[in-house]
Amino acid sequence: MGDLRAYAALGTAQLRSATSYRTSFLVELFGNMGATVFDVVTVLVLFRATPAVGGFSLREAVLIVGLSSAGFALADLTIGNVDRLKSYVRAGTLDAVLVRPLPALPQLLLMDLPVRKALRVVFGFVVLGLAVAANDIDWTPGRVLLMALTPIAAAAFFGSIFVISASLAFWWVDSGELGSAFTYGGRDFTSYPISVYGGWFRGLFAYALGFGFVAYQPALALLGRPDPLGLPAWSGYLSPLVALGAAALAAVVWRTGIRHYRSTGS
Amino acid sequence: MDQRDASVPTISRISPFRASATTFGALIGSGFRRYATYRQATIAGTFTNIVFGFLRCYVLLAVAEEAVGQRPAGYDAGQLALYVWVGQGLLSVIGIWGWTELADRIRSGDIAADLLRPIAPVTGFLAADLGRALHAMMTRFGPPLLAGAVFFPLHTPARWQTVPLFAVSVILAVIICFGCRYVVNATAYWLQDARGPITLWTLGSGVLGGLYFPLRLFPQEVAVALWVATPLPSLLQTPLDVIAERDGPALQAGLVALQAVWAVVVLALAGLVQRRAERRLVVQGG
Amino acid sequence: MIKMQDLQKHFTVRVKAGRLRRKKRTVAAVDGVNLTIERGEMVGYIGPNGAGKSTTLKMLTGVLTPSAGEVSVCGLAPVPQRTKLALRIGVVFGQRSQLWWDLPLHESFELLRHIYRVPAAEHAARLRRCRSLLDLDEFLDTPVRQLSLGQRMRGELTAALLHGPEVLFLDEPTIGLDVVSKQAVRAFLAELGATGDVTLVLTTHDLADIERLCERLVVIDHGRVVHDGSIEALHARYGSRRSLVADLEQPLPADFALPGTVLTAVTANGHRVTFSLESTTAAAAVAGLVAAVPVRDLSLLEPDIEDVVARLYTSP
Repeated sequence: MGDLRAYAALGTAQLRSATSYRTSFLVELFGNMGATVFDVVTVLVLFRATPAVGGFSLREAVLIVGLSSAGFALADLTIGNVDRLKSYVRAGTLDAVLVRPLPALPQLLLMDLPVRKALRVVFGFVVLGLAVAANDIDWTPGRVLLMALTPIAAAAFFGSIFVISASLAFWWVDSGELGSAFTYGGRDFTSYPISVYGGWFRGLFAYALGFGFVAYQPALALLGRPDPLGLPAWSGYLSPLVALGAAALAAVVWRTGIRHYRSTGS
Repeated sequence: MDQRDASVPTISRISPFRASATTFGALIGSGFRRYATYRQATIAGTFTNIVFGFLRCYVLLAVAEEAVGQRPAGYDAGQLALYVWVGQGLLSVIGIWGWTELADRIRSGDIAADLLRPIAPVTGFLAADLGRALHAMMTRFGPPLLAGAVFFPLHTPARWQTVPLFAVSVILAVIICFGCRYVVNATAYWLQDARGPITLWTLGSGVLGGLYFPLRLFPQEVAVALWVATPLPSLLQTPLDVIAERDGPALQAGLVALQAVWAVVVLALAGLVQRRAERRLVVQGG
Repeated sequence: MIKMQDLQKHFTVRVKAGRLRRKKRTVAAVDGVNLTIERGEMVGYIGPNGAGKSTTLKMLTGVLTPSAGEVSVCGLAPVPQRTKLALRIGVVFGQRSQLWWDLPLHESFELLRHIYRVPAAEHAARLRRCRSLLDLDEFLDTPVRQLSLGQRMRGELTAALLHGPEVLFLDEPTIGLDVVSKQAVRAFLAELGATGDVTLVLTTHDLADIERLCERLVVIDHGRVVHDGSIEALHARYGSRRSLVADLEQPLPADFALPGTVLTAVTANGHRVTFSLESTTAAAAVAGLVAAVPVRDLSLLEPDIEDVVARLYTSP
C-alpha cells in the first residue's frame, strides 16, 4: 500500500512537470499519435498497389497491424521510456534512483512517464476495434478470451523487449540506436503478415525472438485461417505464454544488469 | 624585421574568398572529426539500419510480388530493393533525425558565443554538418548497401549520368535537410522549447521524405504536390529515384534541378530566420 | 554502524593495443579497505582524483556491487537490502540531483515524504528545522532548475535528511559552491554532527571542510587506506610542524640560531623570518627570539593540512 502511494506521487509529479510547458506538450501529444497514424497509413498505401500482401487481404492485414499497434503503444507508454537508461547511466542519474527506498525500474519508468504518448494507445485500440468489425470473426469463448488477452500479451512482450534492449546500456553505454532494431524494428516486423519475410530472417525474428506470436499467430487463430507457414492452429493461443517467458527473461537481464552497473564519474 | 613591420598594415595577401574557403574547410574538418570519435555508436547505428533494411525490403518485395504487372508505382523488384538499401545507407548521411544542437544552444544561451564569431551561424553550422555527412558517407553508407547486395538482387544503374547525378543529388539533399533542421531548431528563439516543432519534423520528414515507402505509391496528384510545394521529397525520394532510375533521363535530371531550387530557398529561409532572431535578441537585450 | 572488511571493487577497462585490437585490463578502484565507523562519528574521506573515494561511497549506499570483501551499514548488506537500507541512510551526491528539476522545491520534499513513507508530523518538524537553519524560505516555491548551485545544495541536504537517516553520506557537498554557501553548509553539518545522533561520512576536495567538521580523517590512495586517525595524528606522522613568523626591526645577524627550530624562510629584505618548530615549544621559541632581536610583530601558524596531504599524494 505504502509503495503504491509513493508510485502514485511519483507519477503525478511527472505529469505536472510534463505539462509545465503547455504548448510543447500538446504538440507532442498529437505528434506522437501521428507516428502511430503513419504506421497504419503505410499499410493502407501499400495496399493501394496490390490486392494482397504475403497472401493476406487488406482487412486481415489491418487486424494484424491493429493488434501490433495497440500492444506496442501500450508498452511504449508504460515502459518505453526505459530506453533512456543509457543517458541515465552516462549522466549518473541512476545513482540518485538507486539510493531511494523503492525498486529502481518502476522509479525510472515513473520519473519520466511519457504522458505525451497517451493518444497513441487510444488510436491503436481504435484501429483494432475497426479491424475486428471489418473481419467476419466466428466468436467462440476461446476467441473472445484470446481477443482480450492478445493486446496485453503484446504489450508485455514489447515491454520486455524494451527492458532487455535498455539493459544493454549496463554493459555497453555507447550502444546508441542498437536497441531500436528490436523495439521499433519488432513493431515493424509484427505489423505485417510474417509470410512476407524470407528464410532465416523470419526464423530469427518470428520464432527465435518470438515476434511471430505477438500479432500474426493470434490473428490467424481469431480469423480461423490455417497458417501458410505450417504452424498448428492452437499456436495463436501461445501468445500469453510467450509474453510471460519474455517478461521472466527481461527480469533476469535487468537484475543482472543492475549488479553489473558501474557508476561513472565522481 | 623591416619586412615584417611593413607587412602589418596589409590585412592579408590571400584573397578574402580564399580565406573564408579555408575557414569553411576547417569547420568541415572539425565536424568530421567530432563524429569520428563516436565509433561504437556508428557500429550500433549501422546494425540498426541493416535490420530496418531487411524489414522494409521484404515488405516492398511482397507488395511487388502480388501487384498488377509486378511493378508497384513503376518500380520493379530490383529497383525497390535498391531503393530500400540505398535509403538505409543515406538515412544517416542526410541526418534527418536527432539534431537538436541549435535548439539546445539557444535554450542554454550558449548561442551568444556563436554570434560573436566572425562567421555567420548558418554558415558555421552548415560546414559542421557537411563534415558530419562526409563522415557518415564514408562509414554508414556502404554497409547497408553491401548487406542489401548480398541478400537481394539489386538494380544496377545503366545510364552513365546516373551515378554523378546521384552524387549531386545527395549533396543537395544534405544541404536541404540541414536548412530544414536549422529552421525547425530556430523556432526555439521564439518558443521557449522547440520540442514540439522537432516532433512534427521527425514525423513528417520520414514519411513524406520517402523513407517508409516510395511516395509514388500515393495518388499522382498528391506526389506531385508534395514535390513542388514542400522540400521533403527532395530529402530522400529524389536521390533514391535518381539511383534507381525510376524515370527517364529528362525527369531524372529535372528532379535534381528542383532540388537545387529547394536548396537555395531553404538556405535563404534559414538565413532570414537567423537575422530576424538576432534582431529580436538585440531588441530584447537578451 | 559501518563496517568494511577487505572491501574491493575491480573494473575491467579496454585499452588500445594496436589499431583495432583492444586488451582487457582489470583496475582495482578499491583495493582491500578495512574500516569501522561508530555511531555519531564524523569521518572525512579524502584522496586524490580516482583514489576510490566515490566508489567506496557507492558500495556503502548499495549503488555498486563490491567485487570482493564484506560490507555492512546499519547492520544491513547494502546491495541485497538496498531499499531497506535506503530508508535509514541519507545521501547527497554533489553532482547528482535528488530533486525534481521542473517542480518547486517544496514539492520535491512532499514527494520524498511519500517515497520514504515519513509520517506527516515528523516530516513537518524536520522540514521546519531545515528551513530555519538553511534559510530555505525565500526559494521554496522556485522550480529546482532555476535555483543557484548553493540554493540547490541546501535543498539537497534537506532532501537527504527529511526521513531522519542514521547515516548521512555526502559526496563532495561543497564542490562548486561560493564562499558564503560553503560556510552555510559547513555550519549546518557541524550543528547536525553536534547532536551525536547522525553518523556522517563525507568525501571532499576542500580540506577546510575536514578541518571544520571531522575529528577523524581517512586518506585513501590507489584504493588503499594510507591514513586513518585524527588530523593531529596525520601531522605527527608526516612531520608537519607549526611555524613562527616574525616581523623584525632589523635583519637577523648572519650566525643567529634559535634552539629547537629551523629557519625556513627569510623575506622582505630580511625583515620577515619563518621558523619551523621542530623540538621546542612556541613559548620558548618566542622568548629566545625576542631576547636576541627587536621584534615588531609575531604570529604562530598551524600546519597546513593541504601541504601534508599534497606531500602524501606525491610521495611514492
